[in-house]
Amino acid sequence: MASDGHPFIPNAGGEARRKLLGSLGIESVEQLYSDIPKEVRLNRPLKVAGFYPEQEVRSRIEQLLQQNKSAAEYNIFLGAGVYNHYIPAAVKAIMARTEFQTSYTPYQAEISQGLLQVLFEFESMIRDLTGVDAVNSSLYDGSTALGEAARMAVRVTGRYKILVPRNIHPDKLSVLRNYTEPVGIRVETYGYDGETGYLNIDDLKSKLSVETAAVLCEVPSFFGILDPNATDVPSLCHEKGALSIIGFDPISLGALKPPGDYGADIVVAEGQSISSEMNFGGPGLGILGCRGDNLLRQMPGRLIGMTTTTDGKDRAFSMVLQTREQHIRREKATSNICTNEALLGIGAAAYLALLGPGGLSQLFETIMIKTNYAIRRLEDLPGTLIPRFSGAHYQEFVMTFQDSKQSVEKVNREFLSAGIHGGKSLVKDFPELGQSALICITEMNSAEAIDKLAAKAKNVLGA
Amino acid sequence: MFRQASWNEPLLIEKSQPGKVGHLPVRASGEERKVVGNVLSQIPNTLRRRGAPPLPELSEPEVVRHFTRLSQENFSPDLGIYPLGSCTMKYNPKSSELAVQTHKLEKIHPEQDESTVQGILALMYDLERMLAEITGMSRITLQPAAGAHGEYLGCLIIRAYHRSKGELDQRTEMIVPDSAHGTNPASAAMAGFKVLVVPSNTEGMVDLGELQKVVGDHTAGLMITNPNTLGIFEKQIVEIAKVVHRAGGLLYYDGANFNPLLGKVRPGDMGFDIIHLNLHKTFATPHGGGGPGAGPVGVTNSLERFLPVPLIEFDGKTYHYNYNVAESVGKIRAFLGNIGILVRAYAYILNLGADGLKMVAETAVLNTNYLLSKVLASGSYLLPFTRARKHEFVLSAKGLSTLTGVRAMDLAKRMLDLGVHAPTTYFPQIVDEALMVEVPETESLQDLDQLADALIAVFKEAKTDPEAVKSAPHQTSVTRIDDVKASHPRTLTLHWSRPSSVKDAENNREPLTLVNC
Repeated sequence: MASDGHPFIPNAGGEARRKLLGSLGIESVEQLYSDIPKEVRLNRPLKVAGFYPEQEVRSRIEQLLQQNKSAAEYNIFLGAGVYNHYIPAAVKAIMARTEFQTSYTPYQAEISQGLLQVLFEFESMIRDLTGVDAVNSSLYDGSTALGEAARMAVRVTGRYKILVPRNIHPDKLSVLRNYTEPVGIRVETYGYDGETGYLNIDDLKSKLSVETAAVLCEVPSFFGILDPNATDVPSLCHEKGALSIIGFDPISLGALKPPGDYGADIVVAEGQSISSEMNFGGPGLGILGCRGDNLLRQMPGRLIGMTTTTDGKDRAFSMVLQTREQHIRREKATSNICTNEALLGIGAAAYLALLGPGGLSQLFETIMIKTNYAIRRLEDLPGTLIPRFSGAHYQEFVMTFQDSKQSVEKVNREFLSAGIHGGKSLVKDFPELGQSALICITEMNSAEAIDKLAAKAKNVLGA
Repeated sequence: MFRQASWNEPLLIEKSQPGKVGHLPVRASGEERKVVGNVLSQIPNTLRRRGAPPLPELSEPEVVRHFTRLSQENFSPDLGIYPLGSCTMKYNPKSSELAVQTHKLEKIHPEQDESTVQGILALMYDLERMLAEITGMSRITLQPAAGAHGEYLGCLIIRAYHRSKGELDQRTEMIVPDSAHGTNPASAAMAGFKVLVVPSNTEGMVDLGELQKVVGDHTAGLMITNPNTLGIFEKQIVEIAKVVHRAGGLLYYDGANFNPLLGKVRPGDMGFDIIHLNLHKTFATPHGGGGPGAGPVGVTNSLERFLPVPLIEFDGKTYHYNYNVAESVGKIRAFLGNIGILVRAYAYILNLGADGLKMVAETAVLNTNYLLSKVLASGSYLLPFTRARKHEFVLSAKGLSTLTGVRAMDLAKRMLDLGVHAPTTYFPQIVDEALMVEVPETESLQDLDQLADALIAVFKEAKTDPEAVKSAPHQTSVTRIDDVKASHPRTLTLHWSRPSSVKDAENNREPLTLVNC
């Protein structure tokens, strides 16, 4: 090394270092570690490569990532919780503002008004879209938002049972169990109709009881179904004194009814689709909102309020109801959450502001048309049932291979060889569907790409 | 003189005007429309939105100006020193940002075939090995999205461990020191444990005698950060570990304060069974205004069987997922983790290597001690507990407060006027009128001097002109905010109100242009 310094460490060496050491009257920093017992000290260098120049770091990472096959190279038909949507350039530019990106939780509100106002606007827009009373400024992802929602419902009702659809993403179910089991909450599932894909209302009714804290219903469902009966779930819950949790897809609210309007007490969603690229599944944006004061007091996470300066002259924003949170209430807090996904909240605010009512409705329309275009293109394939269910589809649908010679694994392998990432296999988690996969279509899938998928499928299935 | 931008920026909803749009999504082609016909009519009536979605209507330049103006009303580490204690607000290297801006990362899906994501799997595998070496742990999961999320996973692993020994019903108590981060007791309680608090001794460390009194057959574990939140290294850590282990409990390391130990001391060598790291602190990934972060969790060899699935394995040729983890707790979030953050942390480690990481730790401690000495030499604040500090220290303004009525929060607000961010206030709760200061290795001598001068200046001013301090800040985008009003039930305002004219206009519009084909 020509210099004893490092680009990120101003006082690593040189005159600054000498001044610091001199002012403390020490010769080596080692003296500041003298209180640490020898037996726990590391007496060798770490075996970690590095101290590379920036250029070399960049090229090493580029070389590694080069091996990935992205949705820019292959046609992708995967969704199931992470979606390939177009993120407007302005959203990316706004999220890259380092005043937002490098700051932290706005503990000092007066010097952090920008972040606070944006998060307030994010909360307001999601609230208006969903029709609930209040929305927090984010949780880790859609699955942990559901976990927290279940715990809120238990705290408010004093009941310990949560009902969720049988057709829920298996990751989400695993996370939900991890968020509930330790405090004695039981999670049970209710079925779906094998023909329509709608929720099985009789099964739900038979399981819904005075022990039920809440019922989750997802619109659209995990299978991409728009279920006309979904809107009945909240009133069924309320009859039994239970709460209704509606899982929604943010873009779909461009055309679908706000869950709050049909009685949802809590709303949850994954907001990656309106804020960021897929990024191999993370970060996500956990969205959580609720109705009524009781739930609000039990809601975890940061909440931003609009107020004024103490002199009453100016509008101002700050974090409110902090007595719910861990840094004040410790073991009595509503949750342990501290760091969340604020930057994606900023992205979502920018996204919704850019698209506006017209853009969001338009995007819904595009996705709904394309999804059904794909269904039409695939539906006549021999030995298949596409779509598996008869309900209306938005963004996703199930394709089933009925021919015993075919399997999802084999077909997906063929797709891959043609530069296509096929749908998510449901074989392991939904054995009742046989050889089935979940296909996802967004505005990113061109008609040509869908035609290519259909042609390849035809070819593989020997039509 | 510092002066923060103040734009009086209206709310988006106040800037909205009907008929504007800021982004045009693509439309389905004529062919697609022709093939599907009027597919929108399939939307069940019960699910159909009446009217247009209630969102503001703005053009792209208006939206960009709005957010850019607001960004100027936000202080950040790219603007100046941000000494929030225990938050490790380092400079975030720009090269880490560029590393993630590629379709090879942004546009890959977590359900893709393993063969198409070998690059990112290799990076994650390599990062796991690096973090294991840095912490002295056996294996690491990269799944948790934040430090507290890692803590919760740690608690789940502690449960799984005791369950495997048939002792879950008995081991109901989690011990935390009174100096612990708030997330520790909150995580333990969330996982169903009863929280026992062990007090600090006069030196500001865990009182070993008190700890011995509370451990026993009911002990599930102890959660501790080291150095603790006072910035003091718990030098009896080996004895603490012995006490907890002898009682049958597990020792959990809260890695929020790991920065000063990089390359110097490893949690694994101190006797910890489970650890988490905050990549957004120690490994310089941006805090995002409150996230995303990442909170990888490491365990000893004997606890590997409880880790979340999937683990990433390497057979010498290819990388693959391993779902075959005997007693795995399952998933702690959907998919594999906050990948963008992991890649940034990986870039950071490559930038530093073993020598650089050690330099990070040592320089953070040097900076902190320089600042502390300078502040103490001024004869202003008190420093309760022992003098030896690592990455942070907690000053007390109690004497000043009694004398002048100026509180720690007032001092913090007045510091904002001097172009620096304030320290963490009123934490840890064992110090009265606490100001908790952490200055990482990325701060220059000039930055440190500016911060020292600010701390000392506001203290002096509180004596000569207490009102100026109590009414601060004056130079920020807005002056002192009415927090009581903000949270009062009668004035609590959690959302904007939509003007009725806007609502009427929305309700009178068609939600969707029906397809015309």
